[in-house]
Amino acid sequence: MASELVERYFRKETLPNIWCPGCSNGIVTTAIVRAIDNLGLDQNKVCIVSGIGCSARASGYLDFNTLHTTHGRAIAFATGIKFANPDLTVIVITGDGDNAAIGGNHFIHACRRNIDLTVVMYNNHIYGMTGGQHSPTTPRFDRATTAPYGNIDRYFDICKLAIGAGATYVARGTAYHVQQLTKLIERGISHKGFSFIEALSICPTYYGRKNKKGTPADMLKWLKDHAVDIKQGSKMDPEEFHDKFIIGELLNIDEPEFVEEYQKILNNLKVNYK
Amino acid sequence: MMPTVLMQGNEAVVEGAINAGLKFYAGYPITPSTEIAELCAEKLPFVGGKFIQMEDEIASMAAVIGASLTGLKAMTATSGPGFSLKQENIGFAAMAEIPCVIVDVQRMGPSTGMPTSPAQGDVMQSRWGTHGDHPIIVLSPSSVKEAYYITIQAFNLSEKYRTPVILLMDEVIGHLREAVNLDEYKDVEIFERPMPQDKENYLPYQYIENGVAPLAPFGKGFRFHVTGLAHNEKGLPTNDPKVTEKLIKRLIGKIENNKKDIVMFEEKDTEGGDILLISFGSSARACEAAMQELKKEGIKVGLFKPITIWPFPDKKLREIYPRFKKVFVVEMNTGQLYYEVDRIIKGNTYVGKINKFNGEFFTPFDIVEKIKESF
Amino acid sequence: MVKNKELVIIEEWCKGCSICVEFCPVKVLELKNGKVRLIDADKCTKCGLCELRCPDFAIYLEVKE
Ligand SMILES: Cc1ncc(C[n+]2csc(CCOP(=O)(O)OP(=O)(O)O)c2C)c(N)n1
Ligand code: SF4
Ligand code: SF4
Ligand code: SF4
Ligand SMILES: [Mg+2]
Repeated sequence: MASELVERYFRKETLPNIWCPGCSNGIVTTAIVRAIDNLGLDQNKVCIVSGIGCSARASGYLDFNTLHTTHGRAIAFATGIKFANPDLTVIVITGDGDNAAIGGNHFIHACRRNIDLTVVMYNNHIYGMTGGQHSPTTPRFDRATTAPYGNIDRYFDICKLAIGAGATYVARGTAYHVQQLTKLIERGISHKGFSFIEALSICPTYYGRKNKKGTPADMLKWLKDHAVDIKQGSKMDPEEFHDKFIIGELLNIDEPEFVEEYQKILNNLKVNYK
Repeated sequence: MMPTVLMQGNEAVVEGAINAGLKFYAGYPITPSTEIAELCAEKLPFVGGKFIQMEDEIASMAAVIGASLTGLKAMTATSGPGFSLKQENIGFAAMAEIPCVIVDVQRMGPSTGMPTSPAQGDVMQSRWGTHGDHPIIVLSPSSVKEAYYITIQAFNLSEKYRTPVILLMDEVIGHLREAVNLDEYKDVEIFERPMPQDKENYLPYQYIENGVAPLAPFGKGFRFHVTGLAHNEKGLPTNDPKVTEKLIKRLIGKIENNKKDIVMFEEKDTEGGDILLISFGSSARACEAAMQELKKEGIKVGLFKPITIWPFPDKKLREIYPRFKKVFVVEMNTGQLYYEVDRIIKGNTYVGKINKFNGEFFTPFDIVEKIKESF
Repeated sequence: MVKNKELVIIEEWCKGCSICVEFCPVKVLELKNGKVRLIDADKCTKCGLCELRCPDFAIYLEVKE
């Protein structure tokens, strides 16, 4: 036996998962499942689509309609699913490399279309699966196997990108603040339109070890100590804020949604179809 | 009776697809395939279908696979550069066994090449464009009417064998306008995706020798996993060499061992003679005209036209070629199908090449001249 | 309500990452031979934080009838 949640929503035969000890992928994945459970969604109508990476392996563990795609392309597959069958709740699981590097183009265009998908990006600041190369979200001067003398690339703020590209729900949470993360995902799923939730995560094996970040618990504590809730963030002076990041709901607006707009065209053409 | 109408090749593809049950199109514009996207955008709403222009060809291929997983018949169309971009996800569809149709209206390459000029340079890419050993079906029509019929067959084979099917057009056939009467096809059988019954014990990748299990649509209570990783019968990832080998053997076998059902070709004057021409697509049309000329000069020429380029109709060719003194493979490239023909004939008969790769299509004269030179 | 819950550990799934140990508010968990273990069941407040943060679904509160 396992917890009710696991019994109900996980494919038990696939467990234990392949993730390293202390990897936060399991924490974020459980937050997604809890959000689905809290919303009381029909398991048969939920579709989980993932790309390629450690984080993307999550789809295989989950007992929904699950699709593990190609590197960076999950959102494009998900777009096909949602557009073809709007009855499905489509949730995309992706990594910082998967979504912000190779999949960047699909990401911005899905934001722009405002298609009703919920994308959860597990941001561990590294390419975990391929062994610790730097990603678009590796902080400057941090180390990675392909940045042995420090990373000179600038940090890519994917939440800002999402807002700029036209997403209508954007939030950031962390693997430490699990309850809040669950709520943010819940709201993202309920939101009509393109929802993006960045889940700051930890990769103790590569990012942690390369950058001397300590144990998995130390890394989670770091998230705890450097996260500032959006409600407090605006009041903080820049000095105090410089090494911190905002968590919470960054954007929640209503804009025309792609699938509904297409339906309107069909209605205007007076086409009858189910 | 349906009326005779003037139709373009690309239009015939759309008509055929809609007749076959096309309900989802995703694409990215590229000459000389663009009319297919434009017509789908216009027509699909009237048959309860959907059209989306994606941000690139990679995304188009992905969206098509996603839509197919919900149970819709799905298609995309492109040309050389876009065909290259689609390859990774074509491999995904092959591995995950998701039915879909990919139209490649070939233009002159490599690279941007000559965007509005015809070629048949994607013969090998259509077979081996994606990495790894994989099953694929490639069909090539040589007239507008055939484009209509072969498109329907592309959907049928794709659904029946749960495989991506590539409709290998060329610019000439894509843009050619011909008077067609589609009446004879009005009763063509349309293969519908079977629905599995048992939700509890559903195995989306059940081992069926040389066959496939029915594919349940997402959202109907089957809740299975689909991955491009090597997988077991449930679709879950595996590292087991035995399971993997069995999977790959089945994937290859479901096409290779069903050639009898899959393979299509046409033959003309193949009772025997001096020269056997082997050609496909628009080049085969030029061959037909060349045959008339050569006949007048007393040269006995036959034509073998594979419609299924891959798997190649090897059995039929083995039967025909010994009746001729020489074989020529006629294609708008530097010699690609030639390799397959040469492999089959194994030096038993002379196999020559007649090629054109400068952006111009074959005239019958090009072929007549080359044949005469060979005497 | 808290009383009828019981802390369950799935040893085979525990990877000994120590996250639950570090974040248990009353410090009643420890690692022994790379697996988690409950030292003092009476002191456990059944707050559920260990379950919330365990990446391997290896520790959870079960409702007892
Ligand atoms: C087309 C392609 N290029 C490269 C790879 C190799 N690859 C697999 S996962 C990955 C990076 C994953 O990083 P991220 O998305 O951050 O996921 P994580 O493993 O960190 O969760 C790469 C480069 C691939 N599978 N496919
Ligand atoms: S390599 Fe990093 S991201 Fe991948 S499973 Fe291990 S800890 Fe997690
Ligand atoms: S339920 Fe709370 S008190 Fe009990 S072991 Fe878990 S974290 Fe500690
Ligand atoms: S958090 Fe989970 S895996 Fe880690 S030590 Fe605790 S029970 Fe074990
Ligand atoms: Mg990563």
